[in-house]
Amino acid sequence: MILFSVFSSIALVSSVMVIRAKNPVHSVLFFILVFFNTSGLLVLLGLDFFAMIFLVVYVGAIAVLFLFVVMMLNIKIAEIHENVLRYLPVGGIIGLIFLLEIFFIIDNDYIPILPTKLSTTYLTYTVYAEKIQSWTNLETLGNLLYTTYFILFLVSSLILLVAMIGAIVLTMHKTTQVKRQDVFRQNAIDFKSTIKKIRDI
Amino acid sequence: MTFFFLTLVLKIVVLTIPLLLGVAFLVLAERKVLASMQRRKGPNVVGIFGIFQPIADGLKLVVKEPVLPSSANLVIFLFAPVLTFLLSQVAWAVIPFGDGLVLADLNVGLLYLFAVSSLGVYGIITAGWSSNSKYAFLGSLRSAAQMVSYEVSIGLILITVLLCTGSLNLSEVVRAQTHVWFCVPLFPLLVMFFISCLAETNRAPFDLPEAEAELVAGYNVEYSSMGFALFFLGEYANMIVMGSLCTLFFLGGWLPPFDFVAFHWIPGIFWFGLKVTFFLFCFIWVRAAFPRYRYDQLMRLGWKVLLPLSLAWVVLVSGILLSFDYLP
Repeated sequence: MILFSVFSSIALVSSVMVIRAKNPVHSVLFFILVFFNTSGLLVLLGLDFFAMIFLVVYVGAIAVLFLFVVMMLNIKIAEIHENVLRYLPVGGIIGLIFLLEIFFIIDNDYIPILPTKLSTTYLTYTVYAEKIQSWTNLETLGNLLYTTYFILFLVSSLILLVAMIGAIVLTMHKTTQVKRQDVFRQNAIDFKSTIKKIRDI
Repeated sequence: MTFFFLTLVLKIVVLTIPLLLGVAFLVLAERKVLASMQRRKGPNVVGIFGIFQPIADGLKLVVKEPVLPSSANLVIFLFAPVLTFLLSQVAWAVIPFGDGLVLADLNVGLLYLFAVSSLGVYGIITAGWSSNSKYAFLGSLRSAAQMVSYEVSIGLILITVLLCTGSLNLSEVVRAQTHVWFCVPLFPLLVMFFISCLAETNRAPFDLPEAEAELVAGYNVEYSSMGFALFFLGEYANMIVMGSLCTLFFLGGWLPPFDFVAFHWIPGIFWFGLKVTFFLFCFIWVRAAFPRYRYDQLMRLGWKVLLPLSLAWVVLVSGILLSFDYLP
């Protein structure tokens, strides 16, 4: 319980710092701190696999690229000239919608006025054989992902493939002026055909 | 409760102090091996055979004056070496030294190690940025790009190992190699993994981040005394981590090489240490034998050679396992 409050409070404070920090590199670093604390929360929930994947994918790969780009941009410490409250209406509406969605999901006891009765009263069929086996997170995930939700899995992988091909196509223009090294051609060069003895000495 | 925490702290201390000593003597071993490969004597003044040389070096680094650059971003500048050192120590929590000899027997130990090694890039990139110097920044950019590229192939190789074991638990990975070590059926993967480890720890021949001829010393130019010592310790501890990863995944961890009775009398820690030492020797040997890569060649090797090859191995191994119904 103490760990939960530590992780969540640090995550909240540092996510506020992401938007409030003047130096963009600092905000990326706070962003990474948010990810760390969130994966700590995931570990507390017992979702160790997801926590590790979170760290590997988001912190280990994506945030590094963020940091790369932000460092290369060479922004001097950005002064906040413009009015801070300019984005409040739009941001506030989005935040409110998000909050409502969370309340819809969590429980309907928090807001008794809202008509959020999730239908949980009907009888459900319990498979007792599944209750006996103890599966790790990874096995459970695999069994669900590759059987019940395999179409969603395939579709999401196709979307990623399209994104990857798009990125490759965007960077694939070949300029002719640049000297390139072709390793296979270099290796295929025969010593005897390149250096010849013209006349006897 | 107090007793639990006390034993935990004691365990961590017992794990950490030999590791630091090991790092110190790895430095000495590197200098000695390099020296004998180049027909020199190496350090031989402090203590017998120069055995106290690393301790003298460490003492020198500790008592030096720490210099803080005036235009550096101080908080990040001071935090970067701490992060590097911390990440190199934290990885040891899940490494099993023997059967059951592990601090935290995580179910996702393999992923944990992968995550920790992929976080190592932050120490370097923040160090380079915060010191506000051209050489340090260039070195850190090179190093970050290199580590991110080679992580991809490491991940794919780990997936292949994972297919053969069917568990992310490192002790289970070793137990799956009871009959045959994975270096026999997956030998090309061992070679690729070793090359990727060299690049991941920024060792020669991929030590472009600290190419002393062009970048002075890379990302740690501005660091002196303790900051430099922490980077140094972290780098060498990372080498030992990578060596033990090679051992765990391909050379059967604590398992003896043959199933003789006499070999089982020798405790598993000894076998583990012997194998890790072999890999560390290979690290040093490679440094003595090969010239440094050019940067574009390094990137080509990572993205155009190792990545397709390791992906092909994933497909091949999973195909073989599936068709012969060997999947664990």
